[in-house]
Amino acid sequence: MPDTNFEQPQTPAATPLAMTLHVNGRDHLMALDPRTTLLDALREHLGLTGTKVGCNHGTCGACTVHIDGRRHLACLVLAAAAQRRNIGTIEGLAGPDGALHPMQAAFVAHDALQCGYCTPGQIMSAVACVAEGHTGSDAEIREYMSGNLCRCGAYPNIVAAVREVAANAQQRS
Amino acid sequence: MYDFTYEKPATVADAVKLLGTDDSAKALAGGMTFIPVLKQRLNQPSMVVDLSKTGMVSIIIVSGKLTIGAMTTHGAIAHNAEIREKFHGLSEMAGWIGDTQVRNRGTMGGSLANNDPSACYPAAALATGATIVTERRRIEAADYFQGMFTTALEPGEIITAIEFPIPEKSAYEKFRNPASRYAMVGVFVAKYGTDVRVAITGASQGGVFRHAAMEKALSANFSPDAIAGIVTPATDLNSDIHASAPYRAHLIGVMAKRAVAKAVAA
Repeated sequence: MPDTNFEQPQTPAATPLAMTLHVNGRDHLMALDPRTTLLDALREHLGLTGTKVGCNHGTCGACTVHIDGRRHLACLVLAAAAQRRNIGTIEGLAGPDGALHPMQAAFVAHDALQCGYCTPGQIMSAVACVAEGHTGSDAEIREYMSGNLCRCGAYPNIVAAVREVAANAQQRS
Repeated sequence: MYDFTYEKPATVADAVKLLGTDDSAKALAGGMTFIPVLKQRLNQPSMVVDLSKTGMVSIIIVSGKLTIGAMTTHGAIAHNAEIREKFHGLSEMAGWIGDTQVRNRGTMGGSLANNDPSACYPAAALATGATIVTERRRIEAADYFQGMFTTALEPGEIITAIEFPIPEKSAYEKFRNPASRYAMVGVFVAKYGTDVRVAITGASQGGVFRHAAMEKALSANFSPDAIAGIVTPATDLNSDIHASAPYRAHLIGVMAKRAVAKAVAA
């Protein structure tokens, strides 16, 4: 595949499209170029830069967000197609008082990152992975976290964090 | 991406009408291939017709036939308990596509319309003699797949459902590219009584194909041993940075034996 990481010049859109995005419990009325991806809408138009641009073509998982509770790649979803859905990003995980989500706390405790660029995507994916119940073994965690790449290679610690959150969630239920 | 207008019709009929108004309008299903294609400017649609509001999300099993709505995601197929029980090969295939994020959005109709030579579903569709149902006609799998990224679909024609005759036994094995999870070689085996069908994906320059020599041997004796001696010629197989043609030819034999062993044990 050709290199897609460079910004290509964009032809201006004739008419912006009015849309409402429901992000982290809040409605945002926007007028966007129809080509805008959910990823760009979040980062460039709503200032939610926690969701990261990695490969920008669906390979790396850095842009993973939740749509109606399931994990999706924000770089491969048109913003217009995400209307009337519940969109969840890393900014919506912590409590209103700033208390970390258990998965965020586990990533800190297990040092499950080095540079941190893939981390928001890893955490959003990990939260969904636990909710899906794909945490029966380390091998299962690795398989179901395979959509999120970490070039620093923090994988063993990421698996440890997911394993711990899954075990705690099971104890509570 | 080049500039386009965006439409999200509520019915298939409206979608067909929109696609008919403009030769360069394109339908959007899950977008797991189409959005990257747009980003790379490999396609310049004037209009993108999002099918996500048109329904076509259903899984129905009636008297030995599985009907899947075209907009059903790989994830929904992989997690469906009835498919897992009655048509295990397809269930496993859906669960091995890409990663969870891709499976939550990518659809069976989108994958079959794209007909990537390394996609998984073409192998299941061809091996089971599935029917591709569109808003205007029914197309047998044997007629549908016409080479890499090429199908019998006419411009503006929309797949609405896929019908699979459920095999007595089935299994899928793929040697997946460790990064993309696409099939470097994928083998689907389906057994209907004494009729065994074997379809290979990921290997050929012409896309999915049936393996006549293996089908003949397995129809006589449904066991991995029956195909142990069968050599697949490397002619016309893909050669790329991931695998040479002779390596893919070898993998076909290995994956086929594993698939048969799995189907026998199921």
